[in-house]
Amino acid sequence: MSVPDPAPVPRTRRPLPGHGHAAVPVLAAVALGGGLGSAARYAALRVWPVPAHAFPWTTFAVNVSGCALIGVLLVTLTEGRRPAHPLTRPFLGTGVLGGFTTFSTCAQETERLLSAGRPAPALAYAAATLAAALSAVWLAATATRRLSARPPGVIRR
Amino acid sequence: MNWLLVFTGGMVGAVARYLTDRAVGARRGTAFPWGMFTVNVTGCALAGVLTGAVVADAAPDGVRLFLGTGLCGALTTYSTFSWETLRLAESGARRLAAANALGGVAAGLAATYAGVALAGTVWG
Repeated sequence: MSVPDPAPVPRTRRPLPGHGHAAVPVLAAVALGGGLGSAARYAALRVWPVPAHAFPWTTFAVNVSGCALIGVLLVTLTEGRRPAHPLTRPFLGTGVLGGFTTFSTCAQETERLLSAGRPAPALAYAAATLAAALSAVWLAATATRRLSARPPGVIRR
Repeated sequence: MNWLLVFTGGMVGAVARYLTDRAVGARRGTAFPWGMFTVNVTGCALAGVLTGAVVADAAPDGVRLFLGTGLCGALTTYSTFSWETLRLAESGARRLAAANALGGVAAGLAATYAGVALAGTVWG
């Protein structure tokens, strides 16, 4: 006489409504990329230090270049012909470029200029960063689309 | 040691941004990028508190590098913020794109000020 087995316990945990579990390799790629991007930003600030109440050119350049790079990267990954490795976007986009560019340092520097009684450079800095960042991502995305739209083998000089 | 503090702070910040963006994005389900808005404003508030603590001489260099340059620096982002603004504009949602760009910058600055003020009441 054998007792029937109880219903099998599901092996996988049920994901929260609306989103599944974040995969460990993805989290590791984001973490490693974020560390590297932040270290690169720190390196830029050490190589090109900016005096306390001067226009923060270094963070400006970091943010604008990072925005241009994400335009190239994400157009290539989302509109490209060849599928990329699934960890490319978490590592390079979310991690490296997300960690390299920063919103908080830009806001801190704007606040510092305002507190120092320099409203004109403060507002110029905030506005110029926004305008240059949006222009950079748009120009980079447009240029990448133009270049990748050429059929293969036509680029001959 | 400085590099390690920035690196580990950056790791924590980037993972927190990724997880927050997923959680907020899944719950809201609208075209407006609430996930990135949330992390940027939160990171600016934290960075504001830190700025106030530095002014009050309450935050040593190590804390500033780990929390400020590393964690807040990587928690917040300009690249994804710009990309999402571009995507909104390209999809025809120009008002949402403008609201994201201008609202994001204004809210980030307001959050920084709120953080500085909060630090002023704690360490002032």
